[in-house]
Amino acid sequence: MLLSILPQVLVDGLTLGFMYAVVALGYTMVYGILEFINFAHGEIFMVGAFVGTEVLLIADAMGSLEGMNPYFALILILVVAMAVTGALGVGIERVAYRPLRGAPRLIPLISAIGVSFLLQDLVRFTEAVARNEFYLNSPILFNGSVNLGIATIPQKALIVIVIAILMMMILSFFVNKTKWGIAMRAVAQDQSTASLMTINVDRVIMLTFLIGSSLGGATGVLFAQNYGTIDPYIGFILGLKAFTAAVLGGIGNLRGAMVGGVLLGLLESLAGAYMGPLTSGAFGAEYKDVFTFSILILVLLFKPEGLFGEAVKEKV
Amino acid sequence: MVKKKSYIALLSAALAASVALTGCAGGSQNAGGSNAGGGTSAEQGSASGGAANGGKILIATQTPLSGSQSSLGDAIKTGAEYALSLRQEEFKKMGFDLQLFPQDDQADPKIGVSNAEMLISNPDVMGVVGHLNSGVAIPSSVKYEEGKLVMVSPANTAVTLTEEGKKTVHRICARDDAQGPKAAIYAKNSLGVKTAFLIHDKTAYGQGLADQVKAQFEKDGVTVHGYEGITQGEKDYSAVLNQVIAKNPDIIFYGGLYPEGGILIKQAREKGYKGYFMGGDGLDSSDMIKIAGDAVDGVVFTSVAGDVEQTAEGKKWAEEYRKVTKKPLETYSVYGYDSMNVILNGLEEAIKANGGKKPTREQVLEAVHNTKDFQGQFTKVTFDEKGDNASADVFIYKYEKGKDRSTFVGKAE
Amino acid sequence: MAKKWLSSFKGIPLLITLLWIVGFSAALFFAERSVTAFIGVLFSIIVIYYTNSQKNVKLLLGALVLLVIIPVVAGDNRYYMEVASQVGIYVAMALGLNIVVGFAGLLDMGYVAFFAAGAYAYAIFATSQANEFIPGDIFPLSGEWFWPFLIVGLIVAAIFGILLGLPVLRVKGDYLAIVTLGFGEIIRIIFNNLDKPINITNGPQGLTPIASPELFGIKMNTPFYFYFIVLVVIAFIVLANVRFEHSRLGRAWIAIREDELAAQSMGISLLNTKLTAFAIGASFAGVVGVIFAAKQTFVDPTSFTLMESIGILVMVILGGSGSIPGVVLGAAFVTVLQVQLLKEFSNFLHQLQSAGIIDLPNQLDPSKFQRFIFGLLLILVALYRPNGLIPAKRKKNDIDKIKNSDYNKEPQGILAKISQSK
Repeated sequence: MLLSILPQVLVDGLTLGFMYAVVALGYTMVYGILEFINFAHGEIFMVGAFVGTEVLLIADAMGSLEGMNPYFALILILVVAMAVTGALGVGIERVAYRPLRGAPRLIPLISAIGVSFLLQDLVRFTEAVARNEFYLNSPILFNGSVNLGIATIPQKALIVIVIAILMMMILSFFVNKTKWGIAMRAVAQDQSTASLMTINVDRVIMLTFLIGSSLGGATGVLFAQNYGTIDPYIGFILGLKAFTAAVLGGIGNLRGAMVGGVLLGLLESLAGAYMGPLTSGAFGAEYKDVFTFSILILVLLFKPEGLFGEAVKEKV
Repeated sequence: MVKKKSYIALLSAALAASVALTGCAGGSQNAGGSNAGGGTSAEQGSASGGAANGGKILIATQTPLSGSQSSLGDAIKTGAEYALSLRQEEFKKMGFDLQLFPQDDQADPKIGVSNAEMLISNPDVMGVVGHLNSGVAIPSSVKYEEGKLVMVSPANTAVTLTEEGKKTVHRICARDDAQGPKAAIYAKNSLGVKTAFLIHDKTAYGQGLADQVKAQFEKDGVTVHGYEGITQGEKDYSAVLNQVIAKNPDIIFYGGLYPEGGILIKQAREKGYKGYFMGGDGLDSSDMIKIAGDAVDGVVFTSVAGDVEQTAEGKKWAEEYRKVTKKPLETYSVYGYDSMNVILNGLEEAIKANGGKKPTREQVLEAVHNTKDFQGQFTKVTFDEKGDNASADVFIYKYEKGKDRSTFVGKAE
Repeated sequence: MAKKWLSSFKGIPLLITLLWIVGFSAALFFAERSVTAFIGVLFSIIVIYYTNSQKNVKLLLGALVLLVIIPVVAGDNRYYMEVASQVGIYVAMALGLNIVVGFAGLLDMGYVAFFAAGAYAYAIFATSQANEFIPGDIFPLSGEWFWPFLIVGLIVAAIFGILLGLPVLRVKGDYLAIVTLGFGEIIRIIFNNLDKPINITNGPQGLTPIASPELFGIKMNTPFYFYFIVLVVIAFIVLANVRFEHSRLGRAWIAIREDELAAQSMGISLLNTKLTAFAIGASFAGVVGVIFAAKQTFVDPTSFTLMESIGILVMVILGGSGSIPGVVLGAAFVTVLQVQLLKEFSNFLHQLQSAGIIDLPNQLDPSKFQRFIFGLLLILVALYRPNGLIPAKRKKNDIDKIKNSDYNKEPQGILAKISQSK
């Protein structure tokens, strides 16, 4: 009986895992270049979810959602959400992080925590004014599901997985093959040398925030589509988990973030489904977060550079 | 060495500054929001009451007016406010300026306790209607007990609240050890379930209720296939639901509130779950329908609050309530209303017993504690020794597709 | 301009200070419940701090106000005392976190876990809860046990600090922040879940009623007593902070904060030094936790959420991390903001609302803007006052004094030998 649900557990874990993976990319890109944890990244994800849902709700209220092709609608809200969150990410960098680039390490992190809380309340505030409630229920574009016999995959989960993989592929092409991507890698290696090579460091950092944030925003849209209900606090815990995923895979490493995310999603799903029955109720599903964080601690203890990261000797 | 002293001096300075600000704030409250000439005296504030010469009497409410549970808290406050406003004239004739003193406990025990300290330090406060959350009510009631301030709760169901032997604590609703078993009995007898899976949200309320249901199921021979906790605020419950699907129970009983409950039933139905879904009064909200969508159809819940609109007289009252308060009628509105009337009746008796003078808190407490066969707008109230209402009932409700609020099924036996 | 004025400002004359104190105390004594007079008395401490007078006199005056005048004039108002002791609790915790964040530069975002450890240490044994797993039916302990449990709470929290610190302190800077954040959450989840398999914490139901402290047969269950208990603990923690700051260990912490590599190469053991910072910071939170549990008479896991950790962090950062007076000011300010000002403001708006003057959606309630205000404060402090309201003063060695000291008049050491040989 326990094994019969395994395929379903894996599918659910994968769906969650791919979302972690894309959000983790945002953390890892910024960290790779600035060695700084963009604590507000989870909130950017949340803003993306709200923007996408609001667009859908407004379209629905105007009645234009009825005849719309769901794929077109999805692409529309993805584009809008990515544009808004991308701009937001760049704006945050400009206002709250760039002035602090020379400051002691803790200071930008504190600013980032501030941005994170500010965004949560701003979204709650806006929604409260607009709708007098702070959580939204998104219209779901894809309601069907594919039955594989051993597991049912909802169409929306498939969409999440496909789009996540697409975004990762585009990103890795961009970083590895294009001129801007090469500039990004150069800045990540050594900012001052890169600037001597006529690379505009500020602009590359801006670009990093733009890409990372719009990826986060797109994931927000996928999240809203998959789970249907969103509130201003979804970004915090998801961001934390995505960061865990990034560390798990080796922070600063794109491939690591992807693998880390998927792995974490799977582990969480497995823990939630099996911990209760296997320990005959002693440790139930409520321990699943403890489980995932314990894994993070173990990785940090035995392989601090993460699964894919390279151990870096500190330069003096 | 010299440095140390300056530190201590500054420490004192800062501490004092903060207390000063606080003092200011507390003072403005004592003045009841009226302009008390630079806040020199609280008594001045009451003078603005006009004809009242017997003094000012405040009845407080303590409910969450902010946060995710504010709609329930606000309903209680509004109900109490309505009841009070209807009797303000009556008290004015007796020479008292009766006013509501609404407090926001933010569903936080710490805030609740510090509010309680403020209430008992204000001699004009004669009674409290509250709280919504048992976790807040229990520590706050310690303070009420010290201040001999009578508390009548419209909504606290936790068993321990009245079991600790505090004389000031009263409630007009039923307790978890009535609600849980009755829910389980209803599930077994009326829905005919044989297997069950219990989920709770790891809060005092949710787990407490689920424990009671579980115990009754086990007593009645309903097989309990699982008992799992979930984390409040999450949106993905597929891990736990996969367990449920594997066991395929006749019923899922969820102890918790509607934001998670709505998502649970929605995701369970998506996964092909066909059985019943049941919960406690935490599922009682029109938002449940918005969150769960079509999946809400057939969800059953028990509540310690009944539907006042079942009778013609109640319907009339509800119309009036909506018209005057301009707020939607929630299930707890009428409980806030009845709780307030219980206190006001006690107060009136205490005033009479005291020869028309302002009574002491002990006198009010005594009068409220002896409430017997009081017929409120909805529920009958007779307090027993512990402060529980002997006439409290448990009710069953159901959500149906296409309706914007739950439908009343009946009284649970 | 402002700076010029500040530097020329020598302090308030002592006479004015004394007049202030006497005047407002008298006003408060004669006009009971006069808020203005009460504020006047309290502000006198700030006046004392800026008085142009000897330290001893200032200290005496400060003690007089805190220990005599305030309890005498405000002691019968439970609410003032309650808020005062709540402020005190946060001041004490912020001072503990100051050691970890301010001195050692370790951004700990799960600090409330140690607070929880202390609170539960007392709560479990001061209720009948301990009977669940210790046979003999000897619990709850009586209120006299509160005093030894202050030490127990300290030790338990210190052990927690070391146990958490061992794995966590291998990571640095930003990583540490996230990992401690995760740990703080884990501790809360575990406390929330430890009602099975063995019922230790009673899970989400919480523990109640916790015994109030007792001393010589007096039951100390009102805020009046807690005010003094907290005051004593704060005095102890401030003393510890000051003593540590300039000790060998304190200087090692600061060295690590400034540059780990340099510190390491000067022979400072990174792990040990960080661990002591963690353990000492944690132990203060533990003591405060015991007081908190006794004051509330009820603990449950909802009192120890992430927001608490963030709140304490905001206090430290806002006041000036590493600066003891700054942290005290920050803690007092944020606590009052949190428990008082926002609530009062929203009460006020509620009154307007019920009077029909304004229509306010529930979500716009000012008491809900905690996150917004914390967030804004953090950003503004980071951008414009990264060292806080009262920045930490670096202890400067007076170069001139060293040069002109007696030791420097005669050439010494190798110099002396060279000059002698001439």
